[in-house]
Amino acid sequence: MAKRNGGPSNTEIDMTPMIDMTFQLITFFMFVMNFSEAEQDDRIQLPSSQLAKPAEGVIEKPITLQLTNAGSVIYAGELVAVRDIGAYLEREKTVMIDENREPNSATIIVRADGRAQTGEVQDIIRICQEKGFERFALRAQYDDRR
Amino acid sequence: MARRSSSGLTDKVEINMTPMIDVVFQLMSFFMCTLKVVSPEGDFDIRMPIAAAAAAAPDDQQVPPVRVKLSAAPDGSLAAIAMNGTPVADFDELRKRIIGLVGADSGPNSLAEKTEVEFDADYALKYANVVKAITAVSGKVENGQVVELIRKIKFTPPKKG
Repeated sequence: MAKRNGGPSNTEIDMTPMIDMTFQLITFFMFVMNFSEAEQDDRIQLPSSQLAKPAEGVIEKPITLQLTNAGSVIYAGELVAVRDIGAYLEREKTVMIDENREPNSATIIVRADGRAQTGEVQDIIRICQEKGFERFALRAQYDDRR
Repeated sequence: MARRSSSGLTDKVEINMTPMIDVVFQLMSFFMCTLKVVSPEGDFDIRMPIAAAAAAAPDDQQVPPVRVKLSAAPDGSLAAIAMNGTPVADFDELRKRIIGLVGADSGPNSLAEKTEVEFDADYALKYANVVKAITAVSGKVENGQVVELIRKIKFTPPKKG
């Protein structure tokens, strides 16, 4: 006790290692983390393709429709039947028109499960077409196996 | 200087590592909880207006579309592939046939750029097969480089049953 109150042994802790390590960790996780707002649902097992390389540009305000194996569409986190997505797309279209954007300028990202029926994917495309959307991006998992 | 050297032995202070470990563990647990491993994904871009089939005017420059029929087995797996009515053994052969039809050149104004592939897939066919077929017609990977083939892709209207 006497030594502590003495004063001359008042030493500052070297913070350098802590700051070093903290910054290294933050840098590591910033590289690893995905900050994009891509909608990715774990329920979807995308088909893989060697040619599905990640796009270099960012698709501006896309509409993502995810088709599950069971034939339901995940739209904005909600499970919707394929036949009911028309109403949601109509709402999207109204918002786009309010923002002076044409529906045919928007891209519909179709994230369909590889085990889903092709006809259901085609049904989704047809409903989108009926609402005036014509740009589609069929999403697949990039497979870099040679 | 004199004071420091004289008190060198008695003033040896151990650094308290507790705050550092606290911060490091908190950071690690935060990032581990929020981290979502994302596998790389890519797109096949398709432009398919609803009236394209009806509005397509006959054009001298227009190349007749290649029709690829994908038939499904009762369990949804791929039963048969046919290109313009001719049976094709697998997707590799489909790619070879496409290269034989349009050539390896995919530059501007090339035959590959003008040609369109229309997929006619059975309703119950598993979608992964369609992606394989799109991959086969839209390019190939050679020495790590993607060589593009046909980019214009469309589907026939869905036929249930």
